[in-house]
Amino acid sequence: MTPETLIYAFTFPVLGVFLGLVYKGIDRRFSARLTSRIGPPIRQPFWDVGKLLLKETVVPENAVAWIFNAIPIVSFAASMTLLLYIPFGVLKAPLEGYGDLIVILYLLTLQSLAMAIGGFASGSPFSSVGAQREMVLMMSYEMPLATVIVGFAMLYRSFSLTTIASTPVWGVAGPLAAMGVLLLLVALLAVTPAELAKLPFDIAEAETEICEGMLAEYSGRNLALFYLSDAVRGFAMAALEVVLFFPFTLTDIFNLGLTGTTYYAVEALWFLFKVLVIYLLAITLVRTSFARFRIEQASKIFWVYVNIIALVGLALVWLGV
Amino acid sequence: MAKTQYYVPVGPIHPALKEPIRVEARVEGEKIVEVDVKRGFAHRGIEYMGMKRNAIQTLYLSERICGICSISHPYAFVVTAEKALGIEAPPRAQYIRTIIGELERIHSHILWLGVVAHEMGFDSLLFWTWKGRERLLDILELLTGNRINYSVFMIGGVRRDIKESHVKAIKDMISYYRIFNEEMKEVFLSDPVYKARTRGVAQLSKKMALELNAVGPVARAAGVRMDIRQDIPYDAYADIDVRAVVPQDIVGEARGDAYDITMVRLYEIDQSLDIIEYCLDEMPEGKLMAIPNYVALLAKIRRTQGEAIGAHEAPRGEVIHYIKFDGKRDGPSVWKVIAPSYNNINTWAPLLLGAEVADIPIVVAYIDPCMCCNDRIAVVRDEDGRVIDPATLHRKAVEKTRKLREELGVRT
Repeated sequence: MTPETLIYAFTFPVLGVFLGLVYKGIDRRFSARLTSRIGPPIRQPFWDVGKLLLKETVVPENAVAWIFNAIPIVSFAASMTLLLYIPFGVLKAPLEGYGDLIVILYLLTLQSLAMAIGGFASGSPFSSVGAQREMVLMMSYEMPLATVIVGFAMLYRSFSLTTIASTPVWGVAGPLAAMGVLLLLVALLAVTPAELAKLPFDIAEAETEICEGMLAEYSGRNLALFYLSDAVRGFAMAALEVVLFFPFTLTDIFNLGLTGTTYYAVEALWFLFKVLVIYLLAITLVRTSFARFRIEQASKIFWVYVNIIALVGLALVWLGV
Repeated sequence: MAKTQYYVPVGPIHPALKEPIRVEARVEGEKIVEVDVKRGFAHRGIEYMGMKRNAIQTLYLSERICGICSISHPYAFVVTAEKALGIEAPPRAQYIRTIIGELERIHSHILWLGVVAHEMGFDSLLFWTWKGRERLLDILELLTGNRINYSVFMIGGVRRDIKESHVKAIKDMISYYRIFNEEMKEVFLSDPVYKARTRGVAQLSKKMALELNAVGPVARAAGVRMDIRQDIPYDAYADIDVRAVVPQDIVGEARGDAYDITMVRLYEIDQSLDIIEYCLDEMPEGKLMAIPNYVALLAKIRRTQGEAIGAHEAPRGEVIHYIKFDGKRDGPSVWKVIAPSYNNINTWAPLLLGAEVADIPIVVAYIDPCMCCNDRIAVVRDEDGRVIDPATLHRKAVEKTRKLREELGVRT
């Protein structure tokens, strides 16, 4: 491990938490504006976390206390590790040599799984129903998610995210494969709200049905960790989509002769802008314009429609390679 | 392998409920296998308070029974009190009362549409509908001076006139809501997600609706053609041919589910706009109160011995009031209120049985429940001051009936 990697490993999580919360703030503000509201200030998520950290942490009487308390840490760690695998603009991912897309898939699953375990461990009926729903939902959206990743592996003959990020997918793929990649993008965009437990797929947390489900019993520090991991995961998911599908740098597009710090700063801002656009389109806009599905409806959507889109995309990629 | 059963308590405090009631559901996975509805968390003794006051004070107390349809209870109260006292409101006052009653129906229906959208997580629709509703509240404020508790009705008339200057504002509002309602119909009735969440959910057959005594839009959505405005017309409704809005008239069949009830409410908004327009055009001239002097009115109440039952078709269904004047006081000696939610809550248990957990908020919301309309329980105590439980009360009632039969020599 080089000192550079070490610096990355410390700065990325701090930056990740900061950006995750900022994006969450923008998301709330944008959503409010879409529904004719003023909305909270963009720094509201920071205040929320601060307040949660100050509050008392209550553990339910019939909960399995050690699992109940450990799960938020696991969840937070999973989303933080996820962040370390995603190349930030032109910067390399800190852990690029130690894992690839498959690990990302596992880390995404790990967080959902952690929340489900936390739900079961809390011993509350709402949490249990929520955890059951999360498991069903996970089983539904994992298949299209895996299909997308297999499609990329087929195209690049590699699972490495840095390889994928350095050569834009649209340049590698032929016309047929490009159509396939487009379908894979649609499938991944459909999976995004479910992966992040946002409307219309926030079925496991459904506030009006089961009072936030798995999070119903969480409070104080534990809830703050879940809140943070949710924020980071939202940012990471949007960043992943940018890296997979829109890795174009400004230097590539306009042939800019930038060097040194300017180069890194401009590209970083450009990357953040792309992530913001994806975040607002794939998460905020979708969660503002849909009602919550029932669990069996959501399963059907993923197993039938999204799966068909993903598999057709995969077939096109296979034919086009 | 036996499936694990969970006991999911919904209420008395729960995000799906705006007021306290308790739905105890036993679920297997997502399916509800056992359900019990418990009520009685919001008893306020408002009828008892009413019986201690004079009739005008009681009228304004009746406005406080319900927060949303705050005109429904005063409307039923004045209709009943006028019947008991044998006075009739002047025609102009009757028309004004009808206009305000219908304005309130529109705002209550729009509010419900927002709430049911919120229950299924569609908050954008909630904000949109509630934003649209503001204009109506502004008109109500213009006409009555208040947005919630209007305090505009009086036994034998109304306290404020609708002036020529108001008419234009109301007509502008009507044309605004004609467009807004078309948009709402488009959004609610055509949206695939809304349809997916409401079609077949909370499905009440006509037979069930009659057996469970459902009233108002809930019964009408199930295809029962009943509406107090049509069946027992009062005030300006007597001059208007009001027909109950039922789904079979709109789409040919009534399924009685949450989608149908949305449709009924949306079309009732159109009907209310028609009624308001008719009332504005045909409003007779004349005075506003049958007995303008409050002292004279209270004196008449003090002299009157009589009782009456009156009803008003509130946005949620029929509100029935019973009032008795004993000729000794200037207030009602007996005042009994029956609110529509009391009947409609009976439909919850059969509808929830076999439904999914995800349907609980929609089943709960589709009747537009109002707990503060509902909970006015009677507590019976024995000679020693102990509360008599229902079983004992029932036993005592049976014993008393038997004793009466023996005394009168009646054979069963």
